[in-house]
Amino acid sequence: MLDFPRWKRVTYWLVALLFALAAVPSLTSIAGISLPSVIPQPKVNLGLDLAGGSRLLLEADASQVRRQRIESMEESVRQRLRGAEPRIRIGDISSRDGNLSFVVENPAQVDATREQILPLTTGAGLTGQRDWDIKVEDGNRFILTPTEAGINQAIDHAMETAIEVVRKRIDALGTREPDIRRLGSSRIDVQVPGLKDPTQLIELLGKTAKLEFKLVDETAAPSDVVQGIAPPGSEIVACVDAGACRGQPAIAVKRLGGIKGDQLTNAVQSNDQRTNEAVVSITFDQQGGAKFAKLTTENVNKPFAIILDGKVLSAPNINEPILGGSAQISGSFTIESANQLAIALRSGALPVDLKVVEQRTVGPDLGADSIKKGAIAMLVGTVALMAFILITYGRFGVYANLALILNVLMILGVMALANTTLTLPGIAGFVLTIGAAVDANVLINERIREERARGRRVVQAVEMGYKEASRAIFDANITNVIAAVLMFVFGSGPIRGFAVVLMIGIVTSVFTAVNLTRMWVAMWLRKARPTELVL
Amino acid sequence: MKLLKLVPDNTNIHFLKWRVPFYVVSVLLIAASLTLTFTRGLNLGVDFVGGQMIRFTFERSATAPIATVREEIDKLGFGEPTIQEFGKPNQLSIRMRLPEGSEKDPAIAERMSAKIVATVKAAHPDARLDGNDTVSGKVSGELFSSGMVALLAAMVAISIYIWIRFEWQFGVGALFALVHDVSLTLGLFALTQLEFDLNIVAALLTLIGYSLNDTIVVYDRIRENMKKYRRMPMPELLDLSVNETLSRTIVTSLSVLITLVALLLLGPDVIFGFTLAITFGIFVGTYSSIYMAAPILIWLKVNATSFVPQESDIDRQERLARERS
Repeated sequence: MLDFPRWKRVTYWLVALLFALAAVPSLTSIAGISLPSVIPQPKVNLGLDLAGGSRLLLEADASQVRRQRIESMEESVRQRLRGAEPRIRIGDISSRDGNLSFVVENPAQVDATREQILPLTTGAGLTGQRDWDIKVEDGNRFILTPTEAGINQAIDHAMETAIEVVRKRIDALGTREPDIRRLGSSRIDVQVPGLKDPTQLIELLGKTAKLEFKLVDETAAPSDVVQGIAPPGSEIVACVDAGACRGQPAIAVKRLGGIKGDQLTNAVQSNDQRTNEAVVSITFDQQGGAKFAKLTTENVNKPFAIILDGKVLSAPNINEPILGGSAQISGSFTIESANQLAIALRSGALPVDLKVVEQRTVGPDLGADSIKKGAIAMLVGTVALMAFILITYGRFGVYANLALILNVLMILGVMALANTTLTLPGIAGFVLTIGAAVDANVLINERIREERARGRRVVQAVEMGYKEASRAIFDANITNVIAAVLMFVFGSGPIRGFAVVLMIGIVTSVFTAVNLTRMWVAMWLRKARPTELVL
Repeated sequence: MKLLKLVPDNTNIHFLKWRVPFYVVSVLLIAASLTLTFTRGLNLGVDFVGGQMIRFTFERSATAPIATVREEIDKLGFGEPTIQEFGKPNQLSIRMRLPEGSEKDPAIAERMSAKIVATVKAAHPDARLDGNDTVSGKVSGELFSSGMVALLAAMVAISIYIWIRFEWQFGVGALFALVHDVSLTLGLFALTQLEFDLNIVAALLTLIGYSLNDTIVVYDRIRENMKKYRRMPMPELLDLSVNETLSRTIVTSLSVLITLVALLLLGPDVIFGFTLAITFGIFVGTYSSIYMAAPILIWLKVNATSFVPQESDIDRQERLARERS
C-alpha cells in the first residue's frame, strides 16, 4: 500500500496534468480571455443547441437509384447491341418489376448477346458478386436484375456525390464551416452553426437541378397531350406554370435525342438583353458545347423544351444554331430564384432527390443563456458538494475534492483533445458526473471507517478500504458504460454528446477518484505514519 | 476536528421486516404508473410524434401571452396549435401538426413555420425566436422505436451483466428494481404532463445506470456477507448488508442530489424536464435498491452456498483420499 514507486507517481501526475492543461483553452474562451496564438489550443466544440444554428437531416430516395440504374442499363444494352457485328435485334423491352427484360429476335444470337452484355456488368462489393444478374428464360428472353451488392454500391456512389453537391451549395450561400456527414445508408446530416433561418438552404437543397434539353414532339395532338397520351417515342412532361409552354399545362417531348445539362462549366444569373427578364446564363464544357451545337444546328426553327427536375421551364424556338457553347435559360424567374437555380446548376445536379425529414434550429441567444446558466449551476453545485465532502471526510475529503477538480479539468481536456462536441444535455452529464464521481471516494472512505471500527490498524484499514471497495466501483462503472454505450448507439445529436461526456467521465473519474487519491493517501501515510485516523 | 456522521455507527434498522407491505405498495405504484402512462398517455414531443415546434421567449413580459398567441395562430388556418409554457413562465412552445403534403414537399412545412414566426413577431415585438424544430413522421417513428430499444436493451444488458457477476437471482432483482424506477418516472411524466422528448429517454438511461450503482453496492456487500456468515438466515443477512452500506448510500445520494438541485434551480431552463427526471430517479433508485432489489433475493431463494466455490474433481479425489487414509 505504502509502496508507490517514483515512475508510477511521475506517470500519474503527468497524465493528470497533461489532460487538465488541455482544458485551459476551452475555459479561457468561455470566460472571454484570449490566449496568445503561439500555443496550441484544442477546444471543446459547442453543439448547435449551445452555439445556435441549424441542423437538417436529408433523406435520399433509394428506389430512385434502382430505377436510374435500370434506365441507364437499358441505354447501354441498346447501344451495345446496335453496334454489335452482326447487329443483334431485340424487342419487347420492359423495365418493370425492378428488372430489365428483352427478347432477342433471332434465338441463334442468344450466346452472342450474352457475350456483348457481360462486359457491361462489373464486380461489386467484397463478396465477388457481380452488380447484375443475367438470366435467360424461354430460350431467348433476357432478364437483367441488379443485385443487392450492385445497388448498394450505386447508393454509396450516389451518396458520395450528393454530399459533395450539398457541400458546394452550402458554401455558395456563404455560411461558414458546415458539418456534413452521411448517416446510415441513405441519409445526410447537415449542421450549419450560426444559421438562423434555414428556409433558403432548404429550398436550395430541395432542388435536384437535373437539367435536360429535349425536342418538342410537334406531331402530338393537343387533345391527346391534355389526356396524357404521348405519340410513340415521346413522353408527356408537365410545365412549371401555364406561361412556360404558351398556355398549355404539359407538352410532349421526344424521349431520345436530347442532351443533358450536366456538362456545364458555369451558370450565373443575368438579365435578358431584350426583355430585361431575369435568366440564367449557362456555359457548357467543350464536349457539352459540341453536343448542344449539333442539336441546335440539326433542329433550327423547331421548338425545344428546357426541363428542370422533370418540369418544363420553357419551350423556346431554336432560331439559329447556337455554336458558342453558352445558352440562356428563361422561365419567368425572379432575380432570387434565378440566382438560386444558378447556384444549383453550378454545384452540379444531385444524383438523387433529397428530402428534409428533420430540421432543427436553435436561436443563438438561447444557447448563450444555457452555457451561462450551466456554468453557474456547475460552479455552485461543485462548491456545495466539496463543502459537504470536506465536513464528512476531513483530510480524506480534501483528497477527494482535489480528485474532483482534476476530474472536471480532465473531462474537459479529453473532450478538447478528441475534438468532441459539448451539447446541452452534455452540460447536465457534466454536473451529474461530478456528483457521481465522488461515489468512488465515498465507497472507499466508508469502507476504511468500517475496517477501522473492526479494529484494523491504520495502514491495513486503508489498504482493505481500497481493495474491498474497488469491486463495487468496477461493477458500478461497467453498468454505467453499458447505459452510455447504448445511448450513443441509439441516440442522435445532443444525446450522443451526453453519452460521450458520461463515457469520458467514467474513465477519468476512476483514475482520479481511485488511483490519484490512493497515491496521495499512501504518500501521506508514509510521511506522517499516523496511528489514529480522523474519519 | 469533529466530522459529520449522517449515519451513526452500528446502526441497525430492520428494513426487511417491512418488506411485504413495502413490496405491495411498490407493486401497486408500478401498476398505477403504467396504467396512468397507458391511459392518460405521455405528452410526447415532436421528437416522437412528428410535427413542428417553435419556441419563443417574450423578453419584456413576466408571462408568455399563451391565449393571445393561440388566437393569432388559429386565425392563420393551419389547424389547432398546442401551446404550452416551456422552461420559464415567459417562454412558450407552439406545436403544430405538419400540413398535408409536407412529407413529399418539406417546403410546405417551412412556409407554415415562416408564417407563424412572422405573425408572432409582428404582434409581439419582444418575442425572441429560440428554436424551430420540424420532425417528419418517418423520423419521429424511428426516434421513438430506437429510444425504446435503447431503454429495453440497457435494462436487459445490465441485468445480464449482474447475472454473470453474481447469480441469476441478483439479475432478476436488478431488473425488477430497474422496471420499478423506469415505471415510476414514466408515471411522473404522465401525471405532470411535462413534455416527454428524446432528452427524457437519455435521462431514463442515465438513471438506470445510477440506480444500479446503489443496487450493486448492496449486492456486493450481500455477496461478501454470504461468504462470511454461512449460517445467518437470509433476512438477517440482508438487513446487515443494507445497514452496513447505509452510510455510503446516504452520502452518495446526497452528493448527487446536491449537484442536481443546483442544476434544477440554477441550470438551463430547457433541460428542466431532463434534470427533474434524473433527480426523481435518484430518489426512487435509492429506495428500490433497498426495498426492491434486496428482498426479492429471499423469495427467489438465494442459496447460502451460492458463492462457495464448487469443488473441482481433483479436489474431491484428494479429499476422499485424505478421508480414507
